[in-house]
Amino acid sequence: MDVFLQQLVNGLTLGCVYAVVALGYTMVYGIIQLINFAHGEVVMIGAMVAMSVILGLAGSGVPPLAIVLIALLAAIPACMAVGYLVERVAYRPLRSAPRLAPLITAIGVSMILQHLALLIWGRNYIPFPQIVKTQTFALSSSETAATITNVQVAIMLLSIAMMAGLIALVYKTRIGIAMRAVSQRPDVAGLMGVSPNYVISFTFVVGAGLGAIAGVMIGSYYGIAHYQMGFLLGLKAFCAAVLGGIGNLGGAVLGGILIGLIEAFGAGYMGDLTNVCTLNKFLPGFSSLCEANSNMAVFGSSYKDVFAFIVLILMLVFRPQGLLGERVSDRA
Amino acid sequence: MTSYLPERFRNSPLVLTIGVSMIVVALVALPFVLNMAGTAWVRLTNFAILFVLLSLGLNIVVGFAGLLDLGYIAFFAVGAYVYALLSSPHFGIHLPFWITLPIGAMVACMFGIILGAPTLKLRGDYLAIVTLGFGEIIRIFMNNLSEPINLTNGPKGIATIDSIKLFGLDFGRTTRIGDYALNGQIKYYFFLLAVLVIVIIINLRLQNSRIGRAWEAIREDELAARSMGINTTKLKLLAFAMGASFGGVAGGVFSSIQGFISPESFTLTESVMILAMVVLGGMGNIWGVVLGALLLSFVPEVLRYTVEPAQHALFGRQIIEADVLRMLLFGFAMVLMMLYRPAGLLPSAVRKRELTKDEEGGAA
Repeated sequence: MDVFLQQLVNGLTLGCVYAVVALGYTMVYGIIQLINFAHGEVVMIGAMVAMSVILGLAGSGVPPLAIVLIALLAAIPACMAVGYLVERVAYRPLRSAPRLAPLITAIGVSMILQHLALLIWGRNYIPFPQIVKTQTFALSSSETAATITNVQVAIMLLSIAMMAGLIALVYKTRIGIAMRAVSQRPDVAGLMGVSPNYVISFTFVVGAGLGAIAGVMIGSYYGIAHYQMGFLLGLKAFCAAVLGGIGNLGGAVLGGILIGLIEAFGAGYMGDLTNVCTLNKFLPGFSSLCEANSNMAVFGSSYKDVFAFIVLILMLVFRPQGLLGERVSDRA
Repeated sequence: MTSYLPERFRNSPLVLTIGVSMIVVALVALPFVLNMAGTAWVRLTNFAILFVLLSLGLNIVVGFAGLLDLGYIAFFAVGAYVYALLSSPHFGIHLPFWITLPIGAMVACMFGIILGAPTLKLRGDYLAIVTLGFGEIIRIFMNNLSEPINLTNGPKGIATIDSIKLFGLDFGRTTRIGDYALNGQIKYYFFLLAVLVIVIIINLRLQNSRIGRAWEAIREDELAARSMGINTTKLKLLAFAMGASFGGVAGGVFSSIQGFISPESFTLTESVMILAMVVLGGMGNIWGVVLGALLLSFVPEVLRYTVEPAQHALFGRQIIEADVLRMLLFGFAMVLMMLYRPAGLLPSAVRKRELTKDEEGGAA
């Protein structure tokens, strides 16, 4: 039970980060039907900028929470600028081109951002400064109790606040109405006095801002930053967006949390479930292997990165519109 | 290629014969000339040809059928691993290459079908993500399939893979012919050249065949193609399978030249590189793709020999590593090509029409 609870906590934390990143994908996809491959890189840049700021201020006597706040306030505009530039330079000129073209540029942009980050921050794994002291709370009184850290709590609360803020933005404000209008029919929205270019840029900027915060969260959660950290994170978040129904904000949140949980439970239980020695009870013949090594998992936790993709493939095959998505016509 | 000549030479058999024989002489002489500059250059040329093979394979999927495959390296990896497992001391099996290469192609083709069958119904951009994920899955499996049964030897990779042996010549060793030492890389060069010629001929024939035209129709308008009676799912699957088997063959040859493979050689970066080559040269144009692959194979190497010394001379230290520069080059190649010359350096006529914005709005 403790293992279960622990994986639940880990999964929810990770899921919240995925959800925030997935929101960035899903907003952009909802509005211009483009998979913004570079979004993962924006997240990485957010983490890197925040890390540099924290390292720079670490010994200066500024209170830790203020440093984190300053780091966030530096990372968000930096990512917004990157998001805006990418949209302006690489995607906007291709908006009426066939779908293959912006997809290829998106990959190219992602490569460029990754290697620019490599030039700035180097190719090594950089320990993310743990400036706020991690405190661990036990969830029950037993000795092997599941634990939750203050970082995890902060990540969850911050994510929930951001999701709520975004949903309020999209459904309650004028610019939100404009965003929804552009996502339905850009040309008609234009006739109604909405500037599609402005709205699309705005969407990229908001998505990038969310990405920046997600970058800081994932950096402080794993305690590490690397120029390639955005890639896999971005892919998983994209899987989450598809799982929930791409273009659907609630879907992205649901998908993100589900992917986080699937990954955590997968990593936690996969090894035991596929342990050859457990199989031995049902399918004898492995006993010689078991004697040599009692922990002969066919698929150990090293396969955890595979789960998101398997979920993605299954989802696309059986329910391509996602859990909460509506059936969309084929626009390919 | 003859169409670039003036009208009165165009159909002259003499010009054609002279042209072809000049190219043949140049290609035969090339490795010997390069070898004088150092065997490393012959090796580079071999890898360039390998990339041409891969690009031609990917071109079938991306260029002909218009399906964006971002995990193409996975098929290359499968081919490489099949070759390595069947001719190395890892399992103690040493089959000759003319058995292992076709097996590698077949297994890669099977993987292509396994991946393609459930996913080809998807829209183009979903397909891109799924193939990307597939590439990662294959790599993760190769990294981890060393337990509980040691299949791939994990991240350590497989070493001392057999070289190709043909006509009593071992491609891994230097053969002495009289006074001249014919080293392994030169032999591989001719082997690769032969494979390349075969692959190019297959591609040229394919492009103008019923299948090739059906692919083109699917690429331009799938719905219209389906209403003309083309079995789109089947043909897309065929494109995937064919692309995959070319990748498998290239993988096998890679294994034997390299003598050592590990999952490190099959990352997403490689998939993106091959895609950049196809995009740069011109999606759908065979000669364009050959040009793109050669350019993107050689330019980074030239940079390696010029940029690093130049930096040392100018700044006294190295600021940009050649590897980073190479990846930036690939990134910029893709972005700039898509923005300014979407049909590539040597555009195929149809593709050019399709990839530039047209007034009828057919492209969007």
